[in-house]
Amino acid sequence: MMIGAWSSLARRASTPLASSRRYFLAALLLSGSLLFSSAASAIDPLPFKDHTEELRFQALTKQLRCLVCQNESLADSNAPLAADLRRDVFQQMQAGKSDDEIKAWLTARYSDFVLYDPPLHAGTWLLWFGPALVLLAGAAAIFVVVRRRARPASASSNSARMSADVEDDW
Amino acid sequence: MNVRLLPFAGFVLVLALLGFGIRWSESHDPREVPSPLIGKPAPQFSLPLLDDPSKKIGSADLAGRPYLLNVFASWCFACRDEHPILMSDGKRLGIKLVGFNYKDEPDDAKRWIAQFGNPYDVVVADFPGNVAIDFGVTGAPETFLVDAGGVIRYKYISPITPEVISTELLPRIAELNKQAAR
Repeated sequence: MMIGAWSSLARRASTPLASSRRYFLAALLLSGSLLFSSAASAIDPLPFKDHTEELRFQALTKQLRCLVCQNESLADSNAPLAADLRRDVFQQMQAGKSDDEIKAWLTARYSDFVLYDPPLHAGTWLLWFGPALVLLAGAAAIFVVVRRRARPASASSNSARMSADVEDDW
Repeated sequence: MNVRLLPFAGFVLVLALLGFGIRWSESHDPREVPSPLIGKPAPQFSLPLLDDPSKKIGSADLAGRPYLLNVFASWCFACRDEHPILMSDGKRLGIKLVGFNYKDEPDDAKRWIAQFGNPYDVVVADFPGNVAIDFGVTGAPETFLVDAGGVIRYKYISPITPEVISTELLPRIAELNKQAAR
């Protein structure tokens, strides 16, 4: 069926527009097949006991970082080390270890780097509360600005024009 | 302070943070995984020798003297840069050099050693990569300095250079020898 479509496309590809379309289609098909092949090989066939266990495995490996590839979770990665670690995570699940125990096992070897959700301690304090601090600073800035603008308006009607100028400037 | 300058001050602050981030990342590799194993006992292991898989050697056999564990593989490009340095400067270390063949086909590894020379006192093979995971290995080359008591003292990721040997490894080995003499 695919070949039939290709040959009919080739026959129709007489104008420049049609031929550029053909290349586009070819590129699309190629990128699609590459995408699917990499996605398929990232999943190892593991003998799960039941669907619940598989879901737990998927959820856990999504929270773990692949150590050799940037911005990929252990669940998605194709790297050999990631495959080894998935195998180890699976084996530990079979041995009845809890998610926390498995994470502790991994962090003992690879540090908190392996976790996508870093635990709260002295080194990650700024990471956790930094955004809140920025938000507070912004709120404080707005508070100060609003106070300054409100004061001349309520103090006297003479300065009302001046405060309007200030507003224009902003 | 003039309130109108506040947004500008904020902008300058963000700019400074950005500049710091760029400068910092020039000297730090964000992908480098910090090892939590430094200062901790090296994992117990027992691995087959590359030359003779029927014989095994492990942490128990190596205990009592400091050694340098060098993770390498025939598939590892950076190891080709490192290998000549180990060949020429390995003896300078004055301690046992243990080759840790990581996830490698034994035949490929043997051919690699035959081609480029053998700087190691002993080569162990970890084909499944289990012991490497216990060591927190993320790739090759990586190098661990283990003291006589079996404690990991230092880890170096990426190829060893003569500078690394002079400035990082030799002072630490000298320190270990001094402690042993005491």
